[in-house]
Amino acid sequence: MNDRIEKRIELKAPISRVWHAVTDYREFGEWFRVKLDGPFVPGQVSRGQMTYPGYEHVKWEAVVQKMEPERLFSFTWPHPNSLDKAEYVQGDHSKDPTTLVEFRLEKTTTGTLFVVTESGFANIPGDFRLEAFRRNDGGWAEQIKNIERYVAKAA
Amino acid sequence: MLQKQHSSLAARRRAHAPVFAALGDETRLALVAKLSGGQPCSISQLTKGFKLTRQAITKHLRILESVGIVHSVHLGRESLFEFDLRPIEEMREYLDFVSEQWDQALVRLKSFIED
Repeated sequence: MNDRIEKRIELKAPISRVWHAVTDYREFGEWFRVKLDGPFVPGQVSRGQMTYPGYEHVKWEAVVQKMEPERLFSFTWPHPNSLDKAEYVQGDHSKDPTTLVEFRLEKTTTGTLFVVTESGFANIPGDFRLEAFRRNDGGWAEQIKNIERYVAKAA
Repeated sequence: MLQKQHSSLAARRRAHAPVFAALGDETRLALVAKLSGGQPCSISQLTKGFKLTRQAITKHLRILESVGIVHSVHLGRESLFEFDLRPIEEMREYLDFVSEQWDQALVRLKSFIED
């Protein structure tokens, strides 16, 4: 079974613009929906608070790994046992398992190819409270359909 | 279904890593393939087609059993083994959840950059 996720998307913007949107902490926060305390620095912990509706109680705490300008940005981040508010707030998150997220940028004729990979899911315990995710966001199926429509329209 | 899944998740605090490790072996993958048809099989049935002894096959089955993807049931004096997909499904469901989050984030990144 696959231990990683890979996503790719074509962006109609120069690579320098995409690099800024994904590595400037304020711009990253806009689309990722997180309020970060300060800039990303390789080897350092990046802290903040999620702003994603329904997940505002979740802390952002990632360790920045690599920043190779206009090529690669990577960080590790934790996967808490539960995102349910009551359980999350009470939980000790110092030992949450982590995965590695890598953003790769490639110049194309029309703009930039942006590739996200997330790996290391084998580290994550199996007792995730999956129903808690669903409870937080009952409209998952509808949202996925929206994305499909959006992507189909954009393509 | 969700209720059932919740109790199973809470009851068995398992890690995914051992599931991956247990599947990382040619013989065990072949055993899983045989069992994935859904029919419980005896050791003799499972040993067929392998150049291994019953004891060796039993050892592999115990490893699969220890991570919860195979269960043994007793039928008279015989042990039958059956496949349990839940640990693998739980892992896949979580990957699907994370995957959907990325889909959404990338849509937001696209409109943030292009609009």
